[in-house]
Amino acid sequence: MAGIELEGIRKSFGPTAVLKGVSLAIADGEFLSLVGPSGCGKSTLLRIIAGLEVQDAGRIRIGSRAVEGIAASARNLAMVFQSYALYPHLTVAENIAVPLRMRRLSGLQRLPLVGGLLPGSRRERAAIDAAVRSAAEILDIGHLLQRKPAQLSGGQRQRVAVGRALVREPEAFLLDEPLSNLDAKLRVHMRSEIAGLHRRLATTFVYVTHDQAEAMTMSDRIAVMLDGELLQVATPHEVYHRPADRRVAEFIGSPKINLLPAAIGGDGAVTLLGLPTGRVALEGQGQAALAGLRPEALHETRGRGLAGRVVHLENLGSEIFLHVAVEGLEAPLVVRREPEPDGSHAAPRLADGPVTLDFDARRLVLFDRQGRALPLRAAPRQDARPRAEAAHG
Amino acid sequence: MAEASLAARSGARAEAPRALAAALRRRQALAAWSLTGPALLLMALLLIGPVAAVALLSLTDYQLGARSLAFVGLDNYADLAGDRVFWTSLTNTLLYVALVVPGAVGLGLGVALLIEAGGSLKSLYRAVFFVPVMATLIAMAISWEFMLQPSFGLVNLCLRALGLPGHNWLQEPDLALPVLAVIGIWQLFGFNMVLFLAGLVSIPRQLYEAAAMDGARSAWSRFRLVTLPMLGPVLLFVLVISAIRSFQVFDTVQVLTKGGPAKATEVLLYSMYAEGFEFFRSGYASAITVVFLVFVLILTLVKARILERRVHYG
Repeated sequence: MAGIELEGIRKSFGPTAVLKGVSLAIADGEFLSLVGPSGCGKSTLLRIIAGLEVQDAGRIRIGSRAVEGIAASARNLAMVFQSYALYPHLTVAENIAVPLRMRRLSGLQRLPLVGGLLPGSRRERAAIDAAVRSAAEILDIGHLLQRKPAQLSGGQRQRVAVGRALVREPEAFLLDEPLSNLDAKLRVHMRSEIAGLHRRLATTFVYVTHDQAEAMTMSDRIAVMLDGELLQVATPHEVYHRPADRRVAEFIGSPKINLLPAAIGGDGAVTLLGLPTGRVALEGQGQAALAGLRPEALHETRGRGLAGRVVHLENLGSEIFLHVAVEGLEAPLVVRREPEPDGSHAAPRLADGPVTLDFDARRLVLFDRQGRALPLRAAPRQDARPRAEAAHG
Repeated sequence: MAEASLAARSGARAEAPRALAAALRRRQALAAWSLTGPALLLMALLLIGPVAAVALLSLTDYQLGARSLAFVGLDNYADLAGDRVFWTSLTNTLLYVALVVPGAVGLGLGVALLIEAGGSLKSLYRAVFFVPVMATLIAMAISWEFMLQPSFGLVNLCLRALGLPGHNWLQEPDLALPVLAVIGIWQLFGFNMVLFLAGLVSIPRQLYEAAAMDGARSAWSRFRLVTLPMLGPVLLFVLVISAIRSFQVFDTVQVLTKGGPAKATEVLLYSMYAEGFEFFRSGYASAITVVFLVFVLILTLVKARILERRVHYG
C-alpha cells in the first residue's frame, strides 16, 4: 500500500499535448477517480503511473519511491484494463496465477514439466493455488476456474481481470474504465462490488472513467480532467455542489446543471433574469455572470418566479424531470420533482402547461465569464427573499 | 360441431407446414449440390482421380510407354521394403526434414521478432528476406552451385581469406545433405517470416501491457507468456507447411547432386523421378509416390488431430 504523488506531469503525442502539467497527491488507501470526457488524457495519466507510458516531464512517487526509470513490471502496481486483457490461452485459474508465478517462481521453475520437480517449487505452487482459490472466492468465480476466457460472459471476464489484480498485494490498483464494456445493470452492480473491494483491501485505488455516476458513487475524491488539465480534485459532494469551474459543473450531474445568465450588481447582489437571489458575490461586482442551478434546486411555485411552460416530461419512476422553456433562455430548464402517488403530476404537463419556477438560492453556484466559480454568501437578512428562505430553511 | 371443424382445420394446418418443410429441404439439398458440384467435379478430376490412378498403378508392373500392364498386387511394395536405395532415400528425406523444419521455422520466427521489434527499415528487411521465396529455386540452385564450387566458389574463397580450410561441399558424403538443407532453409524461412509477421501484428498490445503489469520482466518471459501462445495457430500452420515442403525436396538435388555422392542426397522424390522417368518403372515409382503421400497425409492428420487441440485460436 502506498500513496501516489504526481508533480507537473506533461505528455505530448507528436504535436498534441495530452497532459499539460498535472499535479496530484493520492493518499494511501484512497479511492480516487480520474473522470473526464474521452480524450481528456485521463487514461494516459493512468498509464504513466503504471509505467506503460513515459512522461515528457514531471515526477512520480509511489510510496516513498521515485519511480522514474523503473519498468512497469517492477512498480508493483496492479492494473485492470478496459478490454480486460486476459490471456486467452490460459484458464481462469492460470490467468489469475500469472502475477504470482512471475514474481514467486524463477524462470526454470515456471517450465511446464521440469519446473514441478525443482526444489521448493511444489510448495510455492501449492501456495499460489491457494491464493488463486481465495481470490476467486472473493469474486465469486470459484466455479469458473477451469474455463477459458472465451467461455465467459463480459461480467465474468471482468471479475477475472480484477482477480488477477488482487491476487497479490500491489502498492495500488489502477483501473482503466473497467466497467465500460458491461451492460447497464451489471455496471451498477459491479460499482458496489468494486467499492466493497476497496473497503476490504484498504489499498489505494486509482479509477479512470468517463462515467460521472461511477466516479460519484465509488470515490473518496474525484479528479475532474479536461483537455489535459485537472479542473478540480475534491470529494463527490464538493464536486457536485461546489464545482470550481463551469466545465466541472456541466460534466458532473445528470441531467446536466442548468446555466442561466446572471448579473452581479455593484454591491455584489446577484440577480437572475431580473429576479433577486438573496446571494451576494464576493468577487466580480458589476459583471455579467453565469448562474448554475441543479435540477433539484428548482421547484414549482404559485408565487413569483420564472414563468415558463413545460415542453417535455421525463418520468423515471422515482423522480420526474420537467423540461421548462423560459422566456429569455435558449435551452429549457430541467426541474426535478417528486412524482405524486396518484400520478396527477403527469397529465397537464404534457399539454404545454404554464408553470412558474422558483429556486433554492443556497444551491446557486456562480461562474464568471472565464468559467471560474465565484464565492457567494447570503445577503444580509433584510435583502433576503423571506419566502424562499422560509420554504427551505 | 364447431369444435370438430376447428380440430379438423388445425389438423390440416399441421399437415401443410410439414409438406412445406419437406419441399424446402429438397430445395435446399438441390441448391447445396449444385453449388458444391463444380468444386467436387474439379477435385475429383484434378486431385482424387490422379491419386487413385497412382495408387492403382502402384499395384501393377506398368512401364512408361508400355502397351500393356499386369496386376502384381503388393509386389512393388515388397520390392521397396527390400530395396536399400529406397531406405537410404527415406532416411535422407527424414533427416533433411529434421534439419530444414527447425531451421526454417526458428529462423523465420527469429527474424520476424527482430523486424517487429525494430523501428525503421521494417519493409526493407521484410523484402530482403522474402526475395529467396520469390526466386526460382532451379535458378538459385545454379547460383549456389557456383558459390559452393570448391576451387573458385565464393564460399571457399571467403573461408580461405579467413584462414579456414575449404570443402568440396557437394561432393563430400557427410556434407552434401546438410548443405542442401541450408539451401532449403534459406529458400523457405522468408515465407515463414512473413506468416509470423502477420501473426505478430495481430497480437493485442494490451496483452503485453498486462504481462508487464503482472511482472513479466524479461523478454523471454513475455515471449513465453504472450507471443508464443498467441502465435500458436500460425506456428502450427508454418510447421506443417514447412514439413510438407521439405518432404518435397527435389529441385536442388536434381540440379546440384543428382542424389550423390554415393546416394548421400538420394531423397524420396528424386528416387521416384529416377525410377519413373529414367528407368521407366512407373509402377515402382507409383509405389514410392504412395509412400510419399502417406507421409504428407500423416502430417496433415497430426495437424488436425493432435496439435489443434493444444493450440489456442483467438
